[in-house]
Amino acid sequence: MAESEKAPTTRRDVLRGLAGTLGAALALTAAGKQPAAAETLPVSTRPQAAADAAPLTTDPLGRMHSELARALAKPREQRRWVMVIDLRKCVGCHACTIACVAENKLPPGVVYRPVLEEEIGTYPNVTRRYVPRPCMQCDEPPCTPVCPVKATWKNEDGIVVVNYDQCIGCRYCLTACPYGARTSDFGYTYTAGTPHAMPGILGQEAADDYERVANFEYGKAWERTDGGSPIGNARKCHFCMHRIAEGMLPGCVTTCIGRATLFGDANDPDSLVAEMIAKPNVMRLKEEMGTAPRVYYLL
Amino acid sequence: MAKYASRWNRIFWVLALVAFGVGLYGLYSRIAFGHERANYGSYVPWGLWVAAYLYLVGLSAGAFLFSTLVYVFNIRRVSGEGTVAAPAVGMADGAAFERERLEQVGKLALFTALVTLVGALVCIWMDLGHPERAWKLLFQTSFRSVMGWMIWFYSAYFIVLLVELWLAMRTDLVARSDKSAVARFLTFGRRDVSPTALAADRRLLRILGSVGVVLAIAFHGSVGAIFGVVAARPYWNSALTPIIFLAGALLSGGALLLFVTGIWGPETGSASHRDLMRFLGQIVLGLLALDVLLEWAEISIGLWNSSPGESASLQLMLFGPYWWVFWVVHIGLGVIVPAFLLTVLRRKMWAVVLAGALIAVTFLSVRLNIVIPGLAIPELPGLEAAFHGPGLTTLYVPSLSEWLLFVWAVGLAALIFLVGRRVLPIIHTER
Repeated sequence: MAESEKAPTTRRDVLRGLAGTLGAALALTAAGKQPAAAETLPVSTRPQAAADAAPLTTDPLGRMHSELARALAKPREQRRWVMVIDLRKCVGCHACTIACVAENKLPPGVVYRPVLEEEIGTYPNVTRRYVPRPCMQCDEPPCTPVCPVKATWKNEDGIVVVNYDQCIGCRYCLTACPYGARTSDFGYTYTAGTPHAMPGILGQEAADDYERVANFEYGKAWERTDGGSPIGNARKCHFCMHRIAEGMLPGCVTTCIGRATLFGDANDPDSLVAEMIAKPNVMRLKEEMGTAPRVYYLL
Repeated sequence: MAKYASRWNRIFWVLALVAFGVGLYGLYSRIAFGHERANYGSYVPWGLWVAAYLYLVGLSAGAFLFSTLVYVFNIRRVSGEGTVAAPAVGMADGAAFERERLEQVGKLALFTALVTLVGALVCIWMDLGHPERAWKLLFQTSFRSVMGWMIWFYSAYFIVLLVELWLAMRTDLVARSDKSAVARFLTFGRRDVSPTALAADRRLLRILGSVGVVLAIAFHGSVGAIFGVVAARPYWNSALTPIIFLAGALLSGGALLLFVTGIWGPETGSASHRDLMRFLGQIVLGLLALDVLLEWAEISIGLWNSSPGESASLQLMLFGPYWWVFWVVHIGLGVIVPAFLLTVLRRKMWAVVLAGALIAVTFLSVRLNIVIPGLAIPELPGLEAAFHGPGLTTLYVPSLSEWLLFVWAVGLAALIFLVGRRVLPIIHTER
C-alpha cells in the first residue's frame, strides 16, 4: 500500500533511467567522478530526457494503480468509480471479456463484458468499431427498483450489486436494463456432456472441479454446486469490487492490451479518469434514458 | 342437450388426465435439469411460462370480474332476448327462482377464477431461478417494485376468492352435510341457514365482491404495469399496456366462462340456459370489439410513429418468422371466427360455446406476443453477436419441456375444476 502511494515506477522507467544513467556514468567516469546510483537520479531531474520519454514512460496502469490506492484511503461514499473506454484504442481483441470470464469464473451463457462489433460505412470507406459493454453502474439504475425482493441496489461506492442469497431469479431486472448488462446463470457448465476419463487423467471430473471452484465476487467464495447461488441468479459486472477492495484494478482494465479501458475515482480531480471524462469527445450509451451511466466512451 | 353435455364432460376428463400425465414429464424435466432444458435465456429472459402466467391470471381475473355481475351488480336475471331484464333490486315474485339459477353461474365463475389462478401460480413458480425463495416475495417485498405490489394484490385476491366461494357454497354445503363428510367438513361448523344468516352471507358476499372488483383490477392492472414501466422495452413501455391487459383479461376470462357455462352450466339444455348463454355471448362479443380496438390503437400508433424500438417489436410480431401466431391463431381463430360465430350463428348453442372456447384457448398467442417480441429486439445493436453461449440469443421458441410443464399446469387446473365440480356444490341441478 505504502509503495503504491509513491510516484509510479514501471519497468520502462527503470530501463530508461538505467540507459540515461549509463550514458551519464560514462561521461562522469571520464571526468574522474563516481556515478550516482540509478534510483537517485530521477528522470524528472533531466528536463530534456523527461520531455522525450514522457509518452513512453507513463503507462496508465501504473498511474491508475496509485490513484486507486489514493481513492481507497478515502471514505467509501466519497469515491466515484468510473470507467472510461477509449474506442480509438480498442482493437477488438476481446481480452477484457475473457479476463472477466476467468476472474469471475463465469459459466456458459453468463457474460459481464462482451465487446460489440459494428461495421461502419461502405467499401472503400469501411471501418469496424468495437464497443466493450460492461455494466454502466448507472446513477439512476432502472434494474434495481424493479427487484421485488430488494436483492439488488447501488452500494455506497456507487456500484450496482446483487445479493445472490436474496435473489429469487425472476429475471425482471434482466428485462429492465437498457444495455442488456445482466445475464442469468441457468446452471450450465462448459464440461457438461464431455466423456469421463480414466482416473488420473484430466477428464470431466477434474475439469468440473475447476468449473466449480469458488469465485470471489462481492468478497465471498461462491461455489457453483448443485443449483446453489449464483446458479439461478441474475449476474452482472461489478467493476471487480473484490479486486478493488484489495487495491487491484478490475480484471478488464489490467488485461487491456491497448490500455483502452481506464478506471478510477472521478471525484479525484487529479485522476486519469477525471481528466478523460472532461474531454469534449466523451459520450455515454443511451444517455437519453436518464440512467446517468458511469461508463464513459471516448470517440 | 344434457346428455351431450355429459359426453363432453367425459371428453374433458380424458383430456385433463392426458394433459396432466403427459405434462408430468415437463415437471420432471424442470425439477431434474433446472432451467437447462428451457429455451429462454439472458436476452429473452421470459418465455412461455411467463406468457402462460399472464394468460392464466388473465383468465382468472376475467372470470372473477364476471362473477361480480352477480354478486355486486346484482344482475341475476336475463330475458329471453338475452338481455338483462331487470336487476333484481327488490325481491319480485318470479325473480327468486331466476336469482338462484344465476347465482350458480356466479359460483362457476368464482371456481373457474380459482383454478386458473392455481395453474398460473404453478407456471410462474417454476419459472423462478430459486422457487424455494418464493416466500421472500411476500415477506421481504420491495414496494418500489410493481412486481412486489402484484404479489400482495394477488395474495389478497386469492383470499377474497376463497372466502367468496365458500360463502357462495355455504347453503349447499349445509344442505349436503348429512350425506357428505366433505361437505360437512367444509362448512367449518357454521351451519346456520336461517334467513338472517343468509342475508348476512349475501351482504358479506357483496362487500367481498366489491373489494374483489378493485383487487382484481389492481392485480391484473399491476401485471400489465410490470411490463408498462419497463422503459428499456419500448414495445411494453406504454400507459396502454395495463389497460390492454385488463381488456384482454375480461375478454379471455369471459370467453372461458362462456365455454364453461355451455358445457357445465346450470341446467344445460333448458330455455334459461340458452338465455344465459346468449347473454354471456353478447357480453363477450362486446369485449372482443373493445379488445380489437385497443390492439388497433397500440399497433397502429406503434407502427406509424416509426420509432425504431417499438416498431421493431411490432414488425417482428406481424411479419417476423412467427407471423402466423398473430394472423392465424389470434386474428383468424381468436377474432374473426368467434366474431362470426357470435353474430351470424348466435342462435346456435354450439356456435356460442365454440366461440368461447376459441377465444379462451387462442388468447395464449396474445400473451406470447406481448412477452416475446418485446424482448427479442437486442437492447444494443450487435449484442447477441458479441458473445456466444446458451441463452445469449434473441431467437426464442419454447422447448418441449417448457410446453409440457405448461400442459401439466393446465391439466392440473382442469382436474381441480373437474374434481371440484363433482364434490363441491359448484353447480347443482337437484333443486
